This record gives sequence, structure tokens and C-alpha cells, in this order.
Amino acid sequence: MLRFLNDVYSVFWVDLRNLRHHWRSTLATSLVQPLLYLMAFGYGLGGGISLEGVSYLAFVIPGIVSLTAFSTSFNGAASKLQVDRFFYKSFDELLMSPVSIYSIIIGKALIGVLRGFISSSAILLVGVALSPKLIISLWLVLVLLASCFVFALFGVLVALVINSHQGMSTFSNVVLLPMTFLSGTFFSLNQIPDVAKALLYALPLTHSSSTLRALALNAPFPWLSFFILIGFAAAFFTGCVLALKRASV
Amino acid sequence: MEAFIETEKLTKCYGPVKAVQDLNMQVRKGEIFGFLGPNGAGKTTTIRIMTTLTKPSSGCVRINGFDVVKEADKVKKVIGVVQQHLSLDRDLTVRENLEFRARIHHLSAAERKKRISELLEYVELADCADRMIHTLSGGMQKRAAIACSLLHQPQVLFLDEPTVGLDAQGRRRLWDLVRRLNMDGTTIFLTTHYIEEAEALCHRVGIIHHGRLIALDTPLALREKLGLVAVEANLNNKETHYKYFPDRASATRYVQSLPATAGTVIIRDSNLEDVFVELTGEKVGGA
Ligand SMILES: Nc1ncnc2c1ncn2[C@@H]1O[C@H](COP(=O)(O)OP(=O)(O)OP(=O)(O)O)[C@@H](O)[C@H]1O
Ligand SMILES: [Mg+2]
Repeated sequence: MLRFLNDVYSVFWVDLRNLRHHWRSTLATSLVQPLLYLMAFGYGLGGGISLEGVSYLAFVIPGIVSLTAFSTSFNGAASKLQVDRFFYKSFDELLMSPVSIYSIIIGKALIGVLRGFISSSAILLVGVALSPKLIISLWLVLVLLASCFVFALFGVLVALVINSHQGMSTFSNVVLLPMTFLSGTFFSLNQIPDVAKALLYALPLTHSSSTLRALALNAPFPWLSFFILIGFAAAFFTGCVLALKRASV
Repeated sequence: MEAFIETEKLTKCYGPVKAVQDLNMQVRKGEIFGFLGPNGAGKTTTIRIMTTLTKPSSGCVRINGFDVVKEADKVKKVIGVVQQHLSLDRDLTVRENLEFRARIHHLSAAERKKRISELLEYVELADCADRMIHTLSGGMQKRAAIACSLLHQPQVLFLDEPTVGLDAQGRRRLWDLVRRLNMDGTTIFLTTHYIEEAEALCHRVGIIHHGRLIALDTPLALREKLGLVAVEANLNNKETHYKYFPDRASATRYVQSLPATAGTVIIRDSNLEDVFVELTGEKVGGA
């Protein structure tokens, strides 16, 4: 166990070092987009509207927080891993080391968790300042952290499975972008037809945003969503293990 | 001498492409073994299989008696690799790269400190330890990569085209480093498509072409089989003809027998390029 944690840290260490050299641009990149959403949707669109009994601003902020957690964690983990695999090719060195694949997977996810958590916390703080209705609790922070972890594992999985830069950008436009907008981040899922709803409930971001929203607005905690989120983590982790065990090319 | 690396009917296919076919060979402990072949011959593929990164389609490789597929963990302990595309994190410093590699090979903090400063001296990079990799020259990057691959004191070091892109001076310096490593007891397996490199550096050379091993011996023995002396004769100003002789005397007799109308005639020592061309009918650099 000690060895496992130590290895996880070693894998994470190199990404941390890398982040240290580039932290300004990295942070700026991951904050611009959510701040724009906050302004456009929260202020621009949502001025007078209210949704599910709260102002649209209070409704949309948890959505934007989870969206930030999603896109920054995913991209943080996926882009570094892709660079390691295809640009630096330093991922091979990990595969040739005595570090176990389990440590590699968790270690590679952590950079996404860190980046996602920093950006989404920043947005959360801005959000709370804008809409005093929102409550930050320890639970909220933990669920946010868990969400970042799920999305970072998703990023690791995709970066392991997709073997080209081209494929990666197609994936992010065709799968990720729709997901960020549709997963109950900007609108309530009660408003949409059942078929679409079923589809959206199959996406991890939906469960992250509904859980975070419930916590932030002090509504009943959606345990089911929370467990589904954990289920996604397990599924992504298993996917990573299979991808790494599959005969390498 | 005992075989340190042994392949048996090693084959790797990528779809219809046979990157490596029926490779049978042995690399001895303590030697500098050169794997010579043109682009696409299968050199990198062979190294990737030997270093556990790629699974063979059939056949097997044993290193130090351990199967690279079934006993990968044991193989990983004794191998070090410098890949064709240096696998360094280019946005980190030399020292950070070394530190990372030392960590993943489970060196303790004290060992890390000691090994890293030793190796920086060994590859003559102590002055540049805190420079980012991407600010270093090609030769320095190669030496940094070599230092990284030596942290866990491997018994065999794989070098995939170590001198490509280096100037003459950088190349000499790298050769010296490789020789020094070998003197210190490391078995070396290197690939190259430079004839001079194989001749200057390697104790034995395997020639690979279209995935097949077509010759394996010392450079001298390979030349002896062909003839140590080469005659290049441009007989009718069209095509240069090559003939090989065991010694100068017989080569000279042949030249004297040529008609007086013959154009340029050169007598010289044969080299591995001649061996390669005779064996394959192609130039090493590719036509
Ligand atoms: N991952 C891969 N997928 C498909 N084909 C591959 C792959 N890797 C290598 N090949 C093919 O296998 C053959 C041997 O390639 P390899 O890289 O081993 O050659 P090489 O001797 O190292 O050449 P070079 O001097 O260019 O580095 C080539 O035809 C190449 O196109
Ligand atoms: Mg190659």
C-alpha cells in the first residue's frame, strides 16, 4: 500500500513539476471559459428568470461549477497524458518501470483532479459572492473533489484509448462539447422530454451537476446520482486497466 | 561467452506488414552489438519488443534468461533504453527528468541525490543540470537521455539510433561515452543506419533488411567473407562495377587484366557498406 501511494506520487510529481513551470497560462486558460459562461448565462440571459424556485443565477452557478470541474479535470488529465504518449513519449518510461498500472492510472488522473479542483473552486467562490443564496459545505467540497476525480479518470481513459491528436479533438467536439451544455448544467432536466432525459442521465456530468446543485441550494441530497457518479469512477478505472493491459502496439 | 539476449523465431506483424520475421540471434554479455539496417528495416520494432513495450506476434525473446512477455518485471530490472525519439519531458530540466526516472525506479532520496550527481558528471552535463531539455543541443539531449536510462544501473543498454542528427564532434563524444559504459561492464545493443558507426563501435554487427536478419558477425569477419579489398571500375563510363578480393595482390592482378580503355579504377579496403550492398542489392541509405 505504501509502495502504491509512493508510486502514485512519483507519477503525479512529474506533472506537478510541469505545472509549476506553466501555472499562469494553465490557470488563465481554465478560468476564462467558465467566467464567460457566468457572465453570459447568469447575467445576460438569466436576469429576471427563476427556475425550480430559485433565481436563474443561483440555479446556473452550481451547473457552471460542475462544468468547470468537468472540462478542466478531463482536459487536464487527458492533454498531459496525450503529450506524454505522443509528444514527449515519456509514457513509455513509466510502462518500462516497476510502477504498477494502477498507480499509473491514479497518478495520471491527479493532475486533472488538481487543476479541475482549483478552477472549479475559484468559480464557486466567485459564484457565492454573486449569489448569496448558495451554501458551501464540507460535503459540497467533497462531492466536487469526487467529481473532479471521476472526470479526470475519464480523461485518462480517453487519452489511453484514442491514439491521435486528431481523434482527440474530434472527440472533444463531438462528445464533450454537447455533454457540457446538455447535462443539466444550464437548464433543468424537468423541462425536457423523457427520451432525452434518459439519454442525459447516462452522462456523468448530469449527476455531478445535480448533486452539486442540491448541496449548494440545500435541497434533498440525490443519493442515487451520487452513487451513479461513483459507479462511473469504477467503470472508467476498469476501462483504463483494460486499455493498459491490452497488448501494446 | 554466454548469451545475454536471445531471440527465437521472433516475428512481429502490423497487419500485412511484417516488421520483423523469424529473427534468431544472440547478443553476448559484455559486447557492443550493432543492429544495422535501412529505414523501416525493423530495428525499432525489435528494440520495442526486447524492452517489453510491444508484444511479439510469435516467437520469443529472453533477456538474462527471462522471457520478455511472461517475466516482464524481471526483464525491466536489467534493461535501460534510450529511444529513437528521446522520451524526455522537454519542458522540464535535466535534473527534473533524472529525478522523475529515479523515483519511478524506486531509488531512495539519498540514492537519488548520489546517483544523479554521479551521472551528471559521467555524461558531462553537470553544468547544464538546471536547464530545460528543449534549450539543449541534440548531443546534450542524447547524453541526458542516456543518463536517465542509467539510473537503475541496467545490465544492458538499448540505444536506438543514438547519433542521428548529431554533428561529427557530437557523434565522437557519444561514441566515447558508449565505449566507456561498455568498459564499465554494460552490454550495449544499438541500432544504426550509419556504416561507420557500426564499424567504429561495434564488436559484432547484425544486418537486418525487410525484417530479416541477413548476416551476423564481427565487422572484420563480414568483410572477409566478401573480400577485404574492393575494386571499383567504371569500365565504359556508364555503371561502376565492384569486385572483391582477399588481398591487394589479387586485386592488382585483376586491375592489370582490365582493357586499357577502362575509365576510372579505384582499389580500396572493402567496408560494411559493400557487404550490405552485396547481400541485398541495395544501398543502406535506401535508393
Ligand atoms: N505501430 C506501427 N503500426 C504499423 N506499422 C508499424 C508500426 N511500427 C512500425 N511499423 C512498420 O514496421 C516496419 C518496421 O519499422 P521500424 O520502425 O521497426 O523500422 P526501423 O528499422 O526502426 O526504421 P527507422 O530507421 O526508420 O527508424 C515499417 O514498415 C513500419 O512502417
Ligand atoms: Mg527506428
